[in-house]
Amino acid sequence: MGLRTYIITRIILTIPTLLLLLTAVFLIMRVLPGDPVALHFEKKATPETMEALRHILGLDKPLWQQYLDYVWGVIDIGYLIQHGYPNLGKSMQVTTEDVGGQIFSAFPATLELAIYAIIIAVVIGVLLGVASSKKYNSVPDHIIREFGIITYAVPIFFLGIILQLIFGVYLRWLPTGLRIAPTVEPPVSITGLYTIDSLIEGNLYKFIESVKALLLPSFTLGIILSGVFVRLTRTNMLETLRLEFVTAARARGLKESTVTYRYALRNAFLPVLTMMGLQFALLLGGAVLTETTFSWPGLGRYIVTRINFRDYTAIQGAVVMFGLFVTLVSLVVDILYAYLDPRIRL
Amino acid sequence: MKEENETRQSILARLIPGFVSLTKHGPSGWMVIIGLAIVVVIVVMTAIAPWVAPHDPIKSNVGPLASPPSWQFPMGTTALGQDMLSRILFGGSTMLQVSAISVLICFVIGVPLGLFSAYVGGNLDKTFSLIIDAVYAFPGLVIAIAIAAVLGPGVVNMALSIAVVYIPSYFRIIRSQVLSIKELTYVEAAKSIGAKWHSILFKYIFPNVVPSIVTVATVNFADAVLTAAGLTFIGLGVSVSIPDWGYDLTKGRELLSNGGWWVITFPGVMIILLALGFTFIGEGLSELLNPKLQR
Amino acid sequence: MLEVNSLTVDYLTRGGTIRAVDNVSFSLEKGETLGLAGESGSGKSTLGLSMIRLIPPPGRIVKGEIRIDEVNIVDLPESKMRVLRGRKVAYIFQDPMTSLNPVKKIGAHFVELIRTHEPDTKKEDALERTKKVLGLLGILPERMNDYPHQFSGGMRQRIMIGLGITLNPNLVIADEPTTALDVIVQAKILDLLENLRRVYGMALILISHDLSIILERCDRIIVLYAGNMVEYASSAELHKNPIHPYTQGLLRSIPNIELSDQRLSAIPGSPPNMLNPPKGCRFSPRCRHAEEKCSLMEPSLIDVGNNHFVKCFAADNEGAAVE
Repeated sequence: MGLRTYIITRIILTIPTLLLLLTAVFLIMRVLPGDPVALHFEKKATPETMEALRHILGLDKPLWQQYLDYVWGVIDIGYLIQHGYPNLGKSMQVTTEDVGGQIFSAFPATLELAIYAIIIAVVIGVLLGVASSKKYNSVPDHIIREFGIITYAVPIFFLGIILQLIFGVYLRWLPTGLRIAPTVEPPVSITGLYTIDSLIEGNLYKFIESVKALLLPSFTLGIILSGVFVRLTRTNMLETLRLEFVTAARARGLKESTVTYRYALRNAFLPVLTMMGLQFALLLGGAVLTETTFSWPGLGRYIVTRINFRDYTAIQGAVVMFGLFVTLVSLVVDILYAYLDPRIRL
Repeated sequence: MKEENETRQSILARLIPGFVSLTKHGPSGWMVIIGLAIVVVIVVMTAIAPWVAPHDPIKSNVGPLASPPSWQFPMGTTALGQDMLSRILFGGSTMLQVSAISVLICFVIGVPLGLFSAYVGGNLDKTFSLIIDAVYAFPGLVIAIAIAAVLGPGVVNMALSIAVVYIPSYFRIIRSQVLSIKELTYVEAAKSIGAKWHSILFKYIFPNVVPSIVTVATVNFADAVLTAAGLTFIGLGVSVSIPDWGYDLTKGRELLSNGGWWVITFPGVMIILLALGFTFIGEGLSELLNPKLQR
Repeated sequence: MLEVNSLTVDYLTRGGTIRAVDNVSFSLEKGETLGLAGESGSGKSTLGLSMIRLIPPPGRIVKGEIRIDEVNIVDLPESKMRVLRGRKVAYIFQDPMTSLNPVKKIGAHFVELIRTHEPDTKKEDALERTKKVLGLLGILPERMNDYPHQFSGGMRQRIMIGLGITLNPNLVIADEPTTALDVIVQAKILDLLENLRRVYGMALILISHDLSIILERCDRIIVLYAGNMVEYASSAELHKNPIHPYTQGLLRSIPNIELSDQRLSAIPGSPPNMLNPPKGCRFSPRCRHAEEKCSLMEPSLIDVGNNHFVKCFAADNEGAAVE
């Protein structure tokens, strides 16, 4: 089938997945705990206060109606256009604030962190994976493979804290938290990504400051993630390097570096791309811990703070956002894959 | 008494050749052995802690507050004056419990689900797969956080939230294995002699699926340890009265600015070791069971 | 231009050492075609790959020399060897379906080849030369921007051949150039090779298990069995006067379409286990003329006159030993 048909089919398939997602979150967050409002107050409030809150949040309506309201809130395009974010209800803690708004102001920070982390992870992973595959079964190969395994076993926040210690406290090279030093004003928000925005603004100083703040958290995440890519690249390269077109290329006298990169890696890379998409899911989970460690004002830290406040509507909204984002990313990855490899579209 | 000793001996007699044969399988075999050794040591350490630990891990002020490692307190003391060594000895128990329970839950739910879904096939299989895939794509920690936030702290709740994240992995792997085995001739042969579906499932298909289950289980264990630590870090872990590596890791942060490295380092290293131990077992096993490319 | 002396290639595997090529010597002049005939596992591919020193690990050349235009390539440093590959010696691989880079356009393959060996070539010149070669191959120049999977097997093999001759090498080795193709395309490919050889004047080594092709297209023939060169003669001589029982068996097993009542003849037995080859003459277990001494000692290569060499005791009577 053509690319267009594939895209349309794929998008249509996303709808039941999304519905499932929303339902699951609803079940977990609204049905499972019984009464979110009671949990919120931890039984320390009067019934009148609880009832009042319930009414504001619409939690006194019958369950099925709550469900419909909730689903409608997410897909309500009118609301989305008007406010710039979907209707995810109001915060339990500050009932005048929209959860959607809070989430969308926190989101770009996580996005920026995630993007840089994945780039670092892929670069480290692929380079090490290629090096490892070229020296099959040698000492460097084993070391690199061990590295891949060990990075996975290290808790993210532990690594983060250590790096903070070394670079932030002892060496004082890099800041240990916040997106940008408190003395510097953040750039005008166009994309929400400080690095890009400061470049758009033409302000080199702000750019450098935001990069400095990004370095530690994205490296922490990146190193932990790279393990998967090391292994994937290595396995795929080992397979590809023994294919005949690689030997044929050597037989034509092409340089070894050309053979490794333009012939072997380029063909082995496609699975890495898919894995990048899959890893995004892991990344969001990891971002929670990294953001908490580095006081990074993103969605992850938002969830954690909301948990401390027992703000269940906010937590629910954030989980939905995570889910939406993951679904979107996997959709994009699938389409990208089909675009790059025409054989898939069949 | 004599009979008991004899049984114990014969089990050992059977196990030891098994272990020895592992070493013959090259580096992968060694990986399994090292991993097993680490895990066993930690389990034993946790088990004998009540008898071996020099102090009560929860009791505060057994020593000077926040003092570095010394002869009296080899791993130093916490900000409340608790002995770190004792806390380390006891601290693994929560993690071990959480991982073990979560693996158990996954096993009890995920394995039969995968087996049946793949065996029955058809629309049932498609429906299950769709649901499971939706869960699978979700970032594990976020789900765990959501559930833990709702259910509250506690070993079982943590285990439950981790289990929910992992069931899809078991389901998928078992399902794909069963699907490939289902078509093999000897299963057809069994059907043709009128074997009942449950005996086919359990006698023919299940034994072949076991290797993959073991691999997933070990990864599950490792991940459970790390997720438990993560949950504790966020504040969704167990209560204060139980010594826990994750808890100390979190609390140890506060001492860092004054140069207090010991409260955070020892638990951190222990967590890494435990996770590594399980990972080694899993890596080694998967390499043994699915031999990689050979020159 | 090609001289091979006592070439021996071993594969050092975990199970033991396999001697894939055992003491092979021959020579080849410009414009000549040499055929390497033998079963699978006879060592013909390994022998071919030795000519460009691309024997896959764990294989190694353990003895002998290979002289291309007087230069012994066995000890040549890799950097110098790389210069020779594609330029002085070209190798055409067996399976055209897997020999081209799937994500590279056909034209790009040629341009890359040209600019690797002649880095000062301008892109336009490289493209011009590519078009010329494609013309010789019978491929429309517009197809330069197509990818390998858009071509049929026969076309891909032509592209491989094209890549081989673009830089006008002195020696081309074609490893089973027709095995993966159907019969009609086979003939076309062989004709193409023949034409190119005449135009460019290169030496050609043709490797095949199909003796009929070798007999038809080659000037001289080496028959390989279990890594050993058992017979080496001109094509005409081999056809007229095959001495080694294996060669005789091969010739007998070529079906003759004109004889209506012919039973297909085969050589009994199967190729030896190369990890533990038979003692003495490797062919003796399957040879109908085998005597006792055949399983005790290896025969030496014997010159029976007429530039015809045989490694068999049966030839003893007819000529003097060469080794």
